[in-house]
Amino acid sequence: MKVLMFGWEFPPVYSGGLGTACYGLTKALAKKGVEITFVMPQGPLDIKGDFVNLLIANNLAITNITIKKVASLLSPYSGSEDYYQRYQKIMQTKGNAEAALYGYNLHHEVYRFSEIAKLIAESEDFDVIHCHDWMTFPAGINAKQIKNKPLIVHIHATEFDRTGGNGVNQYVYDLEKTGMQLADMVIANSHHTKHLIINHYGIPPEKITVIHNAVDFSDGNFQQFRIRKEDKLVLFLGRITLQKGPDYFIEAAKMVLEKDPDVKFIVVGSGDMEAAMIQRAAQLGIGSKVLFAGFLKGEERDRIYKMADVYVMPSVSEPFGITPLEAMVRNTPTIISKQSGVSEVLRNCLKVDFWDVEELANKILGVLTYRHMHNELTILGYHEVLQFSWDFPADKCIELYDKFGGRT
Amino acid sequence: MTGVCFYFQVHQPFRLKKYSVFNIGNTSDYFDHQKNREVMEKVAKKCYLPTNRLMLNLIHKHPEFKIAYSITGTALEQFEQYAPNVLDSFEELAKTGNVEFLNETYHHSLSYLYSKKEFVEQVNLHKKAIKRNFKQTPTVFRNTELIFNNELANFVEQLGYKGIIAEGADHILGWRSPNFVYKAKTTNNMKLLLKNYKLSDDIAFRFGNKTWEQHPLTAEKYAAWLSAIQGHSVNLFMDYETFGEHQWEHTGIFSFMNNLPKQLLKHPHLKFMHPSELATIDPVDEVDMHSFVSWADVERDLTAWLGNEMQKAAMHELYQFEEKIKNAKNSKLLEDWRKLTTSDHFYYMCTKWFNDGDVHKYFNPYDTPYDSYLAFMNILNDMAVRLKRANNPSINTPVLLTEKPSLVLS
Repeated sequence: MKVLMFGWEFPPVYSGGLGTACYGLTKALAKKGVEITFVMPQGPLDIKGDFVNLLIANNLAITNITIKKVASLLSPYSGSEDYYQRYQKIMQTKGNAEAALYGYNLHHEVYRFSEIAKLIAESEDFDVIHCHDWMTFPAGINAKQIKNKPLIVHIHATEFDRTGGNGVNQYVYDLEKTGMQLADMVIANSHHTKHLIINHYGIPPEKITVIHNAVDFSDGNFQQFRIRKEDKLVLFLGRITLQKGPDYFIEAAKMVLEKDPDVKFIVVGSGDMEAAMIQRAAQLGIGSKVLFAGFLKGEERDRIYKMADVYVMPSVSEPFGITPLEAMVRNTPTIISKQSGVSEVLRNCLKVDFWDVEELANKILGVLTYRHMHNELTILGYHEVLQFSWDFPADKCIELYDKFGGRT
Repeated sequence: MTGVCFYFQVHQPFRLKKYSVFNIGNTSDYFDHQKNREVMEKVAKKCYLPTNRLMLNLIHKHPEFKIAYSITGTALEQFEQYAPNVLDSFEELAKTGNVEFLNETYHHSLSYLYSKKEFVEQVNLHKKAIKRNFKQTPTVFRNTELIFNNELANFVEQLGYKGIIAEGADHILGWRSPNFVYKAKTTNNMKLLLKNYKLSDDIAFRFGNKTWEQHPLTAEKYAAWLSAIQGHSVNLFMDYETFGEHQWEHTGIFSFMNNLPKQLLKHPHLKFMHPSELATIDPVDEVDMHSFVSWADVERDLTAWLGNEMQKAAMHELYQFEEKIKNAKNSKLLEDWRKLTTSDHFYYMCTKWFNDGDVHKYFNPYDTPYDSYLAFMNILNDMAVRLKRANNPSINTPVLLTEKPSLVLS
């Protein structure tokens, strides 16, 4: 089976869950003998040198994957404004001539990427096309038209998740909808996502297969130690955007601190609501208790997960949500919103409706106070997360490949 | 002659609210009245009323037919509050003389494991309730979830009971049959009535299972199995909710039961017996149950209630309150505390999700075991505040959240 896949980010480039999911799934598929041509946009400022190929060739020893990088300014979480800033930066640092290589706005860049996809599709041999999220859909549609091969679109997040339903971008919505309509099959990464697709995009339920994400911690080395500290720490880690619910985190912090002043709240990440959140904490008189740590990666990220007594993911809308699993494998109990895909598959964690600030505060206080619950969540959560594997989602993808792209 | 002894367990707990940290010190109403009413009304309609009607008809039709019940105090109270017609129908059954009632702890608690004093008080409360409602004084005892060991049998014998119910667990009986009356080791003459779990579970668990090779189970077939048994008695012990609730009406469970006495009576050597009659039989042997045995899950042990750290901590902490609550001489506080001893609250905290875990989840009013533990501990924190205020009404007690609320009092 040969798959032409349009995806995102391989390590060490990392900006969120989409890249992690693409990487985990692709690796598991390749291990099972699926041959993948993985096409991904890569900007000139994202990484230096050819580290991706090097890493894959030398360290991970993955066969069956051919990486094709397309010079592009697309990034999995960019909006129009963000794109404009990147474009400006290229103009400033590399000059107008280089900037001219890229689309002058996000729409144009998505279009340009889809034109390059035609060339790739013509030169490649494949049985099925698998696309991850909307920016790659026009590329997938073009590839389908060139070779008349089945198209599977994989939805990791919809425009409704990203915007919380407020200010849905019509252009993005249209591309998502067209992609799903023209696809032979739609993969949703949770039932949460499936419901959104049915209700907001009018895609018939029978055309949607739910394949939950996974994580692969089998080759990770998680030293099990806790970091000593005076105060109890409650962690938020994610983009500080409407979708992730940072405002509910701050409001809950206020309620917790009224009962227990010896608690610190750490917000890790950046995003368009950061300034507003800092202001809100100050306004509530808890500015000294809520610390904004900025974006962290690698060891720092690892360390903050371990330091935390509890990790909170209060997302308003979370198609899946990989961060609770990252926290749990580091022995940190988690509280997640019921409006997340991961809550469909996770047992040993606490769950709240994101809007129920009082209940969130109740659970934060509970997990900080009742050591036995903290221990139980830690131990059972750790073991539960270790059982996750990309093998199962990969098998379900292969079933779909066989069904739609099977050679006769 | 071989006896056929039916005993049905009837129990409903007072389910707790999702009591939050922010309720502590503000509201001391711990119980989810709406949920309790809903469950009671649903189970009354699907199980208690139709099954009681069926049993009454069977007794009228077959004067030889006999059954026994153990109805917990918390169930009786909820009948009174939410479904008085259910209580009436049990009283009607009691009046036939064919129905025996057993004793247990009023609150369906694990008090024996934590406080013998409280255990005796709850047993006496239950004894009074049974006497008041059904005009009987039981001579056979069943402990919560059939939790049993030698020591318990001895203790219960001291209270004056002649017989005690236990699980006929394979690992205790070995080659011996559950169909005989035994004497419990370390007792003078305490009769051990053992549940035949295979035949009981054929009705309670397997009846509606279409993949079971014996499905569909007819009364004729079942009666034939029973007639082939050698021994004093076949003890069929099960939750009463088997009828209509665990096995839904469409499985044919009611028509099966309706037909069963007639089919059993076709075998002249079979005879319906009450537990108290079995307790008069000379035992064939002594059975030694040193460790605790129960009727729960595949393990038949205590891990459904005391399997994890949260359950043990919550239980331990609860009983730390006993003396202080009793000294406070406040009947409302004592009553609330006793309702917290009901074993179900600890069952909801069980994290053995896999295999039998599914059963736990089905009956769990909480989303997760963690939610039930959290609510329970928050309630204990409120109880500490109440006790402090009861002892010293003039001072304004601050609310301190702690995992050992009983220590706040000392």
